[in-house]
Amino acid sequence: MCLAIPARIVELEKDNAVVDAMGNRYRAKTTLLPEAKLGDMVLIHAGFAISIVDEKEARETWQLLAEIADFDKTPNKVSG
Amino acid sequence: MLERIYSAQKLMDAACRKLGRQISIMEVCGTHTVSIFRNGIKSTLPEGIRLISGPGCPVCVTDQSYIDIALELAGRDDCLIATYGDMIRVPGEGGSLETKQSNTNVKVVLSSEDALQLAKDNPDKTIVFIAVGFETTAPATAVAVKEAAAENIDNFCILSGHKLVVPAMRALLSEKNNNIDGFLCPGHVSVIIGYGAFGEIVEDFGRPCVVAGFEPLQIIEGLGEICWQLSEGKAELKSIYTAVVTEKGNTAAQKIIDECFEPADGYWRGLGKIEKSTLKLKDKYSRFDAFKRFDIAETPGKERNGCRCGEVLCGLIEPPQCGLFGKKCTPDMAVGPCMVSSEGTCAAWFKYGGSGRTGG
Amino acid sequence: MKKEKHDRVLLAHGGGGRLMDELIRHHILPHFANDALNELADSAKLNLASSSVCFTTDSYVVKPLFFNGGDIGKLSVCGTINDLAVAGARPVALALSLIIEEGFEFELLEKILTSISRTAKAGNVNIVTGDTKTVGTGAVDKIFINTAGIGEKLAGVDLGFDRITAGDKIIISGTIGDHGMTIISQREGIKFQSQLQSDCAALSGLICELLENTNGVHPVRNKTPGASASPLTGTSNGVKFMRDPTRGGLAATLNEISRASVLSIEIREVDIPVKPVVQAAADMLGFDVLNVANEGKFVAIVSAESADDCLSICKRHPLGKEASIIGEVVRSRDVPVVELTTKIGGRRIVQMPYGRELPRIC
Repeated sequence: MCLAIPARIVELEKDNAVVDAMGNRYRAKTTLLPEAKLGDMVLIHAGFAISIVDEKEARETWQLLAEIADFDKTPNKVSG
Repeated sequence: MLERIYSAQKLMDAACRKLGRQISIMEVCGTHTVSIFRNGIKSTLPEGIRLISGPGCPVCVTDQSYIDIALELAGRDDCLIATYGDMIRVPGEGGSLETKQSNTNVKVVLSSEDALQLAKDNPDKTIVFIAVGFETTAPATAVAVKEAAAENIDNFCILSGHKLVVPAMRALLSEKNNNIDGFLCPGHVSVIIGYGAFGEIVEDFGRPCVVAGFEPLQIIEGLGEICWQLSEGKAELKSIYTAVVTEKGNTAAQKIIDECFEPADGYWRGLGKIEKSTLKLKDKYSRFDAFKRFDIAETPGKERNGCRCGEVLCGLIEPPQCGLFGKKCTPDMAVGPCMVSSEGTCAAWFKYGGSGRTGG
Repeated sequence: MKKEKHDRVLLAHGGGGRLMDELIRHHILPHFANDALNELADSAKLNLASSSVCFTTDSYVVKPLFFNGGDIGKLSVCGTINDLAVAGARPVALALSLIIEEGFEFELLEKILTSISRTAKAGNVNIVTGDTKTVGTGAVDKIFINTAGIGEKLAGVDLGFDRITAGDKIIISGTIGDHGMTIISQREGIKFQSQLQSDCAALSGLICELLENTNGVHPVRNKTPGASASPLTGTSNGVKFMRDPTRGGLAATLNEISRASVLSIEIREVDIPVKPVVQAAADMLGFDVLNVANEGKFVAIVSAESADDCLSICKRHPLGKEASIIGEVVRSRDVPVVELTTKIGGRRIVQMPYGRELPRIC
């Protein structure tokens, strides 16, 4: 019921953050996550960071994060 | 990844065979519903597993009368309605938020902060924020209310439709005919309330509760865990969404919900009245409560002609069993919220399963 | 007579008098010098090499006007060029109509015209005729553009639904969802520097190369829709049908093809190229990339024998580097459907998108 994606905090001033999700930058508030720091990976929902994301687990959990390192290197399949 | 899927499938298959019956698992999260359909998960499950989509779509469980109130306020010249995208096409008496007005006084927002900004930018209007969602979204509303209070933004108010998941689960399990063997619990609600909150379902009703995220592997492994527990005669609480969910949850968010809201009895489409299942603004913040400001009250609405959203929500019927599904009720001409909301069971079924075909 | 300096378009600029003359001669014409246009006649005279022509038109009302990777001007040229190219025609000439709201800044108009000119030059096509109207405030939203285009059909190319048969392969020329997600993200007020970029591009070069180089001995099958094996009637190109998946995205295009050919389509999610930045943006707003518009991609239905060649030709071209064979056309069981095998091996139907997708949050 709740769309939330992992994103990294790239700017932080008080509780106003800019986060980066695979190259998309969004404004987000860290009001609900006072322990968030610059550089943390956090879960963003409705413009708010709601959890710190454990990075080791993150690659396990989100396919997109696991794939991103390999995206440019994967050769396209030729003939189906 | 595929090996892990095979393992989970084997667990599920073994459980069905050991128990010698169908296993019914309910998920109570619209995003789980969509992910299950979008990834074609049902088609990968053994025959004996039945997935039920419960009342996990906050738009779908919003009672008709709430929608009618929102529409009434949208018709006022002195109001500006700020709403999340989902609500905009939900039908009520005389149209939807999208159609009723020329759209100039209904704005789609992505965050409660945007709604607050609208209030700052439009001092001559009253901004009514359509605050729907479960515990994941309630803290965002609370932050906006607190800010409004601190900065005296008096032309801002919220129409609270926030609901609580656990009371709804209890209500479902209290239904005599329920055949729910276990729950796939909502991942992001758990981020806020902590997976420990589902402990009472396990203790009081003896059903396995597993919190999972929304990626297909998470869902399939969650289902595998539930089936394994059932086959072992166990009922335990577990979270496999370890990247973001803890037992206690986000205490800062819980605190802010507590500061602004208190649980109140509320009406859920299809489930009727459930005690202490909705969030009402505390008296301290009553000036931001749209119900009080406009002196209106919710009254349990009647469902529109032939609409069986209520039964769909409880998992009592599947969408194709509703006479309107795919005929009078389609995403283009939706009768009830289950079809309008892209998370609604009927919309997901229609989009990914085809009308008249089994989903997935 | 003193030339008046204006920084915004006035109603009078469309009035047919001195100001309009000034608008055309000083603002518009300098961008598009060519013989046909310079005559400023009521109609352009064209000499076409072939009497087999394609003709198309489209209107462009996109907001925002300027976005990462393009603008309404570039879009209006590429869109029409692409509609001609996917029909198997080499674009030759465009007509350009502008409807401008009173008060629109000249500086923005200049930018758009420069973009149109640049795109047309790169696409080897001339703007040979046009029209300009100005309307009162609110009658249009800043600027609306219409382009119409004429193209000469390539010899030996015969594209149509009736050529599609079971066994044909489906090629997408590159990543999907780029344009739509860029527009949607910008509209939703995400104002930051993003790696999201519209894929807006003129595909005529790539498509002509594809069509001209896959000419070969490929049997033309029975023209009955839904038929598979049947008597060979001649030779033709391995490419049987093409379309650019604009509004409604890949899902809409594949459903259209399925319906018209009365055949089913099976595609594989793992083979559909999507940029991570696009997927993340779609995930954030709850969109399905299959339903999101593309402005620099095409779908091609090709014979199984020619599929590998077609793919290689695409991948050698800068606009087709990420081309991929995503599935095949199959006989329908009961009704024609488009079915997707998901990354985890599940199966689900890809429906025709039902109109405006809304951003979800909760």
